[in-house]
Amino acid sequence: MTAAAHRHVGSSRPVWLVLVLLFGVAWLVVALDGGNFVALPNLQNIAQSSVALGLVAVGQSLVVLAGSLDLSVAYVVSVSAVTASVVMNGSAADIPLGLAAALGVGAVIGLGNGAVIVGLRVNPFIATLGMSLVVRGILNALFDNFAGAVPDEFQALGYDAVAGVPVSLFLLAAVVAGAWLLLHRTRFGYHVYAVGGNIEAARASGIRTGRVVLVAHVLAGVCAAASGVFLASRLGAGAPWVGPDGGYDLESIAAVVLGGTALAGGRGRLLGTIAAVLMLAVLDSVFNQFQANAFVQTLVRGVIIIGAVALYAFREQS
Amino acid sequence: MTSAAGLPSIRGLLSVRGVSKAFAGTTVLDDVSMDVRAGEVHAVVGENGAGKSTLMKVVAGLHQPDGGELALDGRVVRFQHPRQAMAAGISLVHQEFSLLPDRTVAENVFLGREPTRRLRVDRRAMISRTATLLAESGVDNVSPHSLVRRLSVAQQQNVEITKALVHRPRILVLDEPTAALAPHEVDALFARLRAMVHRGLTVVYISHRLSEVFQLADRVTVLKDGRVVDTVDIKSITPADLVRMMVGRELSNHYFPDRATDPGKGPVRLQVSGGGNDAVHDIDLALRAGDIVGLAGLDGSGRSELARALFGVQPFTRGTVQIDGSTRRLTSPRAAIRAGIGLLTADRKAEGLALPLPARDNGLLAARALGGRVASAAVAALVELAVKVGLRPEALHRESRLLSGGNQQKVVLVKWLATDARVYLFDEPTRGVDIGAKAGIHDLMRQLAADGAAILMISSELPEIIGMSDRILVMRDGRIAGHLPAGAGEPEIMALAVPA
Repeated sequence: MTAAAHRHVGSSRPVWLVLVLLFGVAWLVVALDGGNFVALPNLQNIAQSSVALGLVAVGQSLVVLAGSLDLSVAYVVSVSAVTASVVMNGSAADIPLGLAAALGVGAVIGLGNGAVIVGLRVNPFIATLGMSLVVRGILNALFDNFAGAVPDEFQALGYDAVAGVPVSLFLLAAVVAGAWLLLHRTRFGYHVYAVGGNIEAARASGIRTGRVVLVAHVLAGVCAAASGVFLASRLGAGAPWVGPDGGYDLESIAAVVLGGTALAGGRGRLLGTIAAVLMLAVLDSVFNQFQANAFVQTLVRGVIIIGAVALYAFREQS
Repeated sequence: MTSAAGLPSIRGLLSVRGVSKAFAGTTVLDDVSMDVRAGEVHAVVGENGAGKSTLMKVVAGLHQPDGGELALDGRVVRFQHPRQAMAAGISLVHQEFSLLPDRTVAENVFLGREPTRRLRVDRRAMISRTATLLAESGVDNVSPHSLVRRLSVAQQQNVEITKALVHRPRILVLDEPTAALAPHEVDALFARLRAMVHRGLTVVYISHRLSEVFQLADRVTVLKDGRVVDTVDIKSITPADLVRMMVGRELSNHYFPDRATDPGKGPVRLQVSGGGNDAVHDIDLALRAGDIVGLAGLDGSGRSELARALFGVQPFTRGTVQIDGSTRRLTSPRAAIRAGIGLLTADRKAEGLALPLPARDNGLLAARALGGRVASAAVAALVELAVKVGLRPEALHRESRLLSGGNQQKVVLVKWLATDARVYLFDEPTRGVDIGAKAGIHDLMRQLAADGAAILMISSELPEIIGMSDRILVMRDGRIAGHLPAGAGEPEIMALAVPA
């Protein structure tokens, strides 16, 4: 299909435009204050802080596009961070094992979510909320703070940069590229849009709808787990609170809708979500530079999210 | 001729043997048997709720039968999922569109069987093959790149059929494929179907329109209340025979008798002067108590938009509206309902009913919204109102989605009777309704008018307009192009409706 045909299927271009605009305004405002918004450390900081939410939001995009939802991602982040750090336990030799274990735990939880939604026909909101509580209960019973440790070598993921670009940004870029290809170039991606758009039509077209939802949830679990691994590398160890403290469940959903994806599924673009994640990071950065009150910061986020979605609804109507 | 007893005939391709199906305790199919022979066009007819669509969904693997079995080429098959039916060569063109509005034509046509090359969807192949398929079926006004939401209903229907042909099926099941098509589009579809049958396709064709059945089918199976009445050769019967089999009684003399009342003498209930908005312009009309005014016009002429303006969905921005002599501002449906207007939309499922609610609650929906005395009076009178429209009181307790189309229409009517509406706007009141229920709805409209209501009836079926109306308004380009008296003929109506 041509680029032109893609544009009217729902482009993420407006979201990127707003991001550029926001970035420009941020630059100006900070400059007026005598600061330099585009200083390398600040840009690196924005990139770094986008990675954790970005990874989770990629997975969230997949399930939302498929007409589902995942509220358990925050605790998946925690459980994978803890798993990685406990399994590695400071030993560089155990990095692959730790990674596999952490991502595996994410996949299993995602599989559980998908199985409950597809097999038991539980509403995704309830299914993943329940799963979130189950994981939280187990996690809190076993750990109360940092557990284990990641080896120094592994902290490179969180702190190193190649030619000024943080290593973790490559990780995010790779995951986004993979998810983009999956969504827009494979049958699975086509079926995600179909199932989210009209599940009955998808079934009547011969699509195994249950399988699509299941796989989307497994991928969402893996993405959230990748985010947990990244956080473990940043913090040097995993702790049960890293996920919920980051608010990754609701923030990822917010990023998805801010990026122009319909919460009902079937309509939206992955790159819109990424632009929204960057927007939130830019916003945070500006507030931090001015050392603004954290409550005001949260409030402004809320207003922006509601405003954006209201704008989409308005555009949809006209 | 084969009997309907379920014995596989020698040339039998698909056999339905003793199939039963119930939903939520309601039997929809009861021991249904039917044989479809290779290469024939086999029509399935029956009143609304006779079980035609359910039977076809069983055949296509969308529903699994509670009892009985299906056989293809004499071998028993069990479809757990539509993809198995497709693999066996059965394709269903749905009554409700199963297209994704935000995807392209090519993406829709190949949905579920996208061609791939090294794991990636081969979009170039998909588009060129879609173009080929569209051309093969004689569709020349649809691009594979178009978004489905941008297509007209007829174009969407063509895409839907093309989609069903992707699987190169042996048996194509069409469920009311002409419900949304204009006459010339129906002709084009039939030509296409005949060509495909000529090349060896077997067609199962469901329709309410008996003329189509006689044009197209070789044999016809009649369903009534979930049971097979008979399967007969089309050449061996007359349309009157078929109607009798469907409804179990004569209807011929029932159709459109002369009105007994002397129309036009009642007080003016609704008067619009110079009404207009973005969609309709310079609307002047008066509806009197006892009047049935037909509103004719082509699709897109502004008929539905006029009804929507009167009902406050897309209010008039110019002009005045008077109801029973007093000026009212119909700025929302609530205001219109308060003023005594009821709208029966063409799309009952989307706009007329809250489907999961019992029929009773739907019947009271508008009255309860008005609250107070209206609601309590309506509750008390509900059963009476149901009986008045010919709805069995038991049906009031069933979920609205489980009712047949004709009964759903009656529930919507009860909804407005309960608010004591005096002006009724009927938008395609008998679309998708079978012939028996149609006459019932026409009787009800006349009864309403005789009781002093004013009725504006939009219809695409000219015989309905001519048979029902005391006066006929014809719309064109958002304006009322002309008034015609009762008894006007089709040529006069079309002369006004078609742009010069």
